Amino acid sequence: MNRRMIFYMVGNIILLEAILLMLPLLVSFGYHEMNCVNAFSITIIIAVIVGVVFRRVFNPKKNKVIYAREGFIIVTFAWIFLSLLGCLPFIISGEIPDFFDAFFETVSGLTTTGASILRDVESMSCGLLFWRSFTHWLGGMGVLVLIMAILPSGSGRAIHILRAEMAGPVIGKITPKIKDTAKILYFIYLVITVAETVFLLAGGMPLFDSVVHALGTAGTGGFGIKGDSIASYSPYLQWVITAFMIIFGINFNLFYMFLLRQFKAVFSNRELWFYFALMLCAAGIITYSIYPIYGNFSDSIRHSCFQVASIVSTTGYSTADFNLWPDLAKGIIFILMFVGGCAGSTAGGLKLSRVIIMFKAIVRDIRHLLHPRSVASVKYEGKNLDVSVLNGVTTYFALYIVLIAGTFFVLSFEPSFDVQSNLTASISCCNNVGPGFGLVGPMEGYGGYSSFSKLVLTFAMLFGRLEIYPILLALYPRTWTKK
Amino acid sequence: MRIIIVGCGKIGETILADLVNEGHNVIAVDNDPAVIEEINNIHDVMTVCGNGTDCSTLSEAGVKEAEMFIAVTSSDELNMLSCYIARQMGARNTIARIRNPEYNMESLGFFKEKLGLSMAINPDMLAAREMFNVLKLPSAVKIQTFSERSFEIIELILKEGSPLTGVKLMDLRNKFKAKFLICVVGRGDKVYIPDGNFILYPGDKIGLTAEPVEIQKLLKALGLDKKQAKNVIILGGGRIAFYLSKMLTSTGNGVKIIEIDPEKCETLSDALPKAVIINGDGAQQELLLEEGLDSIDAFVSLTGMDEENILISIFASTHNVPTVITKVNRNELSAMAAKLGLDRIISPKEIMSDVLVRYARALENSKGSNIETLYNIMDDKAEVLEFNVSPDFGHTGVPLKDLRLRQGVLIAGIIRDRKAIIPIGSDVIMQGDKVIILTEDQRYNDLSDIIK
Repeated sequence: MNRRMIFYMVGNIILLEAILLMLPLLVSFGYHEMNCVNAFSITIIIAVIVGVVFRRVFNPKKNKVIYAREGFIIVTFAWIFLSLLGCLPFIISGEIPDFFDAFFETVSGLTTTGASILRDVESMSCGLLFWRSFTHWLGGMGVLVLIMAILPSGSGRAIHILRAEMAGPVIGKITPKIKDTAKILYFIYLVITVAETVFLLAGGMPLFDSVVHALGTAGTGGFGIKGDSIASYSPYLQWVITAFMIIFGINFNLFYMFLLRQFKAVFSNRELWFYFALMLCAAGIITYSIYPIYGNFSDSIRHSCFQVASIVSTTGYSTADFNLWPDLAKGIIFILMFVGGCAGSTAGGLKLSRVIIMFKAIVRDIRHLLHPRSVASVKYEGKNLDVSVLNGVTTYFALYIVLIAGTFFVLSFEPSFDVQSNLTASISCCNNVGPGFGLVGPMEGYGGYSSFSKLVLTFAMLFGRLEIYPILLALYPRTWTKK
Repeated sequence: MRIIIVGCGKIGETILADLVNEGHNVIAVDNDPAVIEEINNIHDVMTVCGNGTDCSTLSEAGVKEAEMFIAVTSSDELNMLSCYIARQMGARNTIARIRNPEYNMESLGFFKEKLGLSMAINPDMLAAREMFNVLKLPSAVKIQTFSERSFEIIELILKEGSPLTGVKLMDLRNKFKAKFLICVVGRGDKVYIPDGNFILYPGDKIGLTAEPVEIQKLLKALGLDKKQAKNVIILGGGRIAFYLSKMLTSTGNGVKIIEIDPEKCETLSDALPKAVIINGDGAQQELLLEEGLDSIDAFVSLTGMDEENILISIFASTHNVPTVITKVNRNELSAMAAKLGLDRIISPKEIMSDVLVRYARALENSKGSNIETLYNIMDDKAEVLEFNVSPDFGHTGVPLKDLRLRQGVLIAGIIRDRKAIIPIGSDVIMQGDKVIILTEDQRYNDLSDIIK
């Protein structure tokens, strides 16, 4: 275990965060929020000191090799330190004085969950609101991916870091060099985010709101700046956000292929078709189910599309309180919470590709029961799936269920919460969706939970975003012993 | 530059690592998922798992945009086919590893032309040639060959008391009565293209060229030939041994090959009538001594086992064999072997990788110019450019002494009818010649550019 290299990289990431914190600092300046300016300045100073100390103390003079385990550990520690420093502005400014609340809010931002403990969002200062949404944007594509795009390219083994941070069962590079891959991904990400901002501005949304919502959509996060999320904006704006939530749930590699004019490869992507088909079916059923509530077709189709896109892409914005919807609609939304977007997107959840692979494995096993001697390979996206990938997917699913069950178990000790709220809260956090049902519904918040439960949910979000293994590996004692 | 490598075995991986270090965009293709996985984990390349002769695999690897396509699987036929397909699909330069001696003898030119290969590369042949150069001229630092081996530049360091020192270069030719040219001088960190008034000092590193027939004569005059290996023992009768023996026997040297496998001995004795083939275990010290280890000039250890090569080479060194060459394939071992005091360690895959890296560099450097090929010499401080004389070159037929060349440029050789001419002032450049130019640092894109 190359501990020096791990903390050296973490030091780099902390310095990067210090630089990134300049942006909300500027916003605070722009809105003359001196309290926030102070909070951000102090945080930047602390981050610089910690970062420089880490880089000095843990400077790896000779051994710079990173293996898979170092990759996992770097990602885990980077995210924990990022969150710890990222919550300082909330605490220092006094707008979220409690540490557990601030930590929950920051992790919820970075993991692009969008679950909030705030009871009154609208009273927050603009600088902090911006930072909250900016964490979505950073966490969506990944801070380490950003580091890869900036830092001079190291060894080829840096792929381990990329793999640990990016979500999906198989991570492939789209260019021969990691650095180029990271750059292209961030470029596509930035361009689509700017495009959404422009579309929102065109619909008459104020500049600040447009930027914040674009950042929140891009990371598939879901932090809004209004108590009722997106409900008070015009139908045009709601449709724009719907469209972009869908776009950000698509595998980014496909955008790159699209730019390279490899249209055939894009349109033959099974996951993409499945993604659209799933949303279409879900939106259809929900429209049918909620039609009696709204009484007109255009409203019900808009609300159902928005909510479906929001849940499948694990964004978590809402235009309507689906808590009040019929049980059929709620049932569909409940199922969608698990699925998540496409692999290689900024969305959370189980990822569609895993769902598809699992179904294929099930079919194979059933066939195997019929013909015990049959030899059948599982094909996915035109390629034979390696048994290790297949096993990886099923093991991941098992872990994922354990994670949700564990979180739910701890939450069950809360005296004032019912089973429905606790269950959807744990599912929602583990999948980085945001809202749940009952007391954690889209128009409510997580503020009512005790500090301990908040901490548990915070880690559930981290587990979900990093796809369980990295943190599990960091907690596994054998990782740290010399032998 | 976009480079595709098909086949990621030991050689493929070495090449891949070197090319990535050079900053190229490398795409690795192999049909073994485990190999691909490993490559993916260690090197900063893109990987495609599939057969190198499969069109869809190749197009997934982006063969259309590939500027270099290297096929180094273990099968010659697969390499050739894969290069042919890649060429048809739009790869700009294709390079195939072709090892089988049967392909390398007569049919190679035919294959190269018909398959559109830019280069056929044979690591065994390259290794044999490198060893041959060492044996031929133990005191030379390096011999570099150009223009399909019709032109050579010998790099050597001048010792105290060398007859080349202390004399103006313009007087040297008369002194030695040989046609040769000192075309580049490295002194300290700087490299000079010398003119007639230049005087050499001990410690200078010079690049020297001469017509191949005169090289031996010249070296004798310089007192450098005395250690040339006349009697060589080669241990192990593989492909490298075959090529090396062929080169050595055709230049009149005595070769003894020790091989443990009787069948191989038969084949070798058929193919190499002039060599002495001994059937026995070279690891037995008794056998080596019996075959005259004490009185030979050079010992070359070419068995398939690195460890055996290293140990037997050490044994040969302790018996005062003047030149001991050791073939070591694994990088880790060659570093260790060097620590044990073996100084002539040759690794076929490293040589091959060097050639490809140099080729890639030349390809990149010669983009958008009329340079035929480009090489770096003297630790990459000087460049050798090879131009074809095109019809629009306006100075044909003019004696070289009347051409007003730019500063820091030297016409080092003219290749006419595949024969090298070491030019003097009265020589002329003619239509259809190839001209070899040496420059310090500037890059010239056309032959006309070197004239003021």
